Amino acid sequence: MPVTAPDKAQILDWLQAVNDPEIPTISLIDLGVVRGVEVDEATGKVSVHLTPTFAGCPAMDYMKRDVERTLLAHGVPAVEVDISMREAWTSDMLTEAGRQALRQHKLSPPPVLGNQVLDLDFLEYAECPNCHGNNTELRTPFGATLCRAVHYCHDCRQLFEQFKPV
Amino acid sequence: MSLTFQDPRIDLLYRLADDQLILGHRNSEWNGLGPILEEDIAFSSMAQDKLGHSLQMYSMLHALGEPEPDTVAFTRNAPQFHCCQLVELPIGEYDFSLTRHFLFDHAELLRFEALASSSYEPLAQVARKLRGELKYHALHANTWMKRLGTATEEAIERMQRSLNFTLPYALGIFEKTETEPEIISSGLFVGEDELKNRWLESISKVLGQTALDMPDVNTLTPVFGGRHGQHTEFLQPLLDEMAEVFRLDPTADW
Repeated sequence: MPVTAPDKAQILDWLQAVNDPEIPTISLIDLGVVRGVEVDEATGKVSVHLTPTFAGCPAMDYMKRDVERTLLAHGVPAVEVDISMREAWTSDMLTEAGRQALRQHKLSPPPVLGNQVLDLDFLEYAECPNCHGNNTELRTPFGATLCRAVHYCHDCRQLFEQFKPV
Repeated sequence: MSLTFQDPRIDLLYRLADDQLILGHRNSEWNGLGPILEEDIAFSSMAQDKLGHSLQMYSMLHALGEPEPDTVAFTRNAPQFHCCQLVELPIGEYDFSLTRHFLFDHAELLRFEALASSSYEPLAQVARKLRGELKYHALHANTWMKRLGTATEEAIERMQRSLNFTLPYALGIFEKTETEPEIISSGLFVGEDELKNRWLESISKVLGQTALDMPDVNTLTPVFGGRHGQHTEFLQPLLDEMAEVFRLDPTADW
């Protein structure tokens, strides 16, 4: 295959197929962790900037590896993935498609905060992904993974997980 | 690795990183032992957060010329650690671990809120991220302090005893080092005295919603020494256990 530098839109399109290793319904693009893509026109080398949702997220290495594999499989000659907090992730970076993908996985998406809010009250709010009611209660801010909190729905009487607002 | 640093950034980062690493390890000791499943998960999650946060600090130190994060975390002995003595105490009973978590994580949240505007930009960037995560730790601690601090007579009595025991150690969080004047004048950080004032206000607000009495901290003698490499008998055994696998084969690839 001859080496031609792919354009940025093409790269983003390929990355749309790379999903979160822990939430298989959402792509890294819709999760908002892909913070930039650069293509070196001369060599065709692609640089991808990732930022973790949570600083201690153990899935980062997998995300990095999946991005590299996917782009190399599409014939990109060289890939460099850097992970930094230059532009730190907030839950507002989830796209609308991403929020829909979370619901599909029965995870309540975080409310849009407008900006990073340090107040704790909004953590109480979550929409039940089963019955879509709002009569819910935060049980614990720590769930199965760092990015999930556990809530209880008083309407359908089920525990459910929320992707934490941060 | 000397014990005193010329560069105030290195001095500050070691204190932050060592606190997080050691308390992270202590929190992980609740894994499988939590009084209820949710608390088991909570302490394990906070352990994971704290290790992740310490890795950020050690990586920053590496960028400033210090050794690799794993080397720094796993090859030093107690006198080379800069953590406060509060974080190294054994987990004890749940009332102590919860009280430590409450007192430490309020200080930590306020510290990173202040560091978000640090003149050292790499630290400010990371702080802006971490403060969002740390608020969950404070929220968790507040919930349980209020729950147990207003519960049965026995619960209130045990929480009060833990608070009285833990506060002098918690004051050790704010022990200053030789670079303190430069840390403040360079805009790196607002300084330990200012942080302590904000912390007192913040914890008093929560304790005010419980049946617990906040002791007058001016009458207490802070437990200092940790920032200068003086530690309790409990730190070295923790380090030995934590580093056991690494020290078996430091070159192993995981």
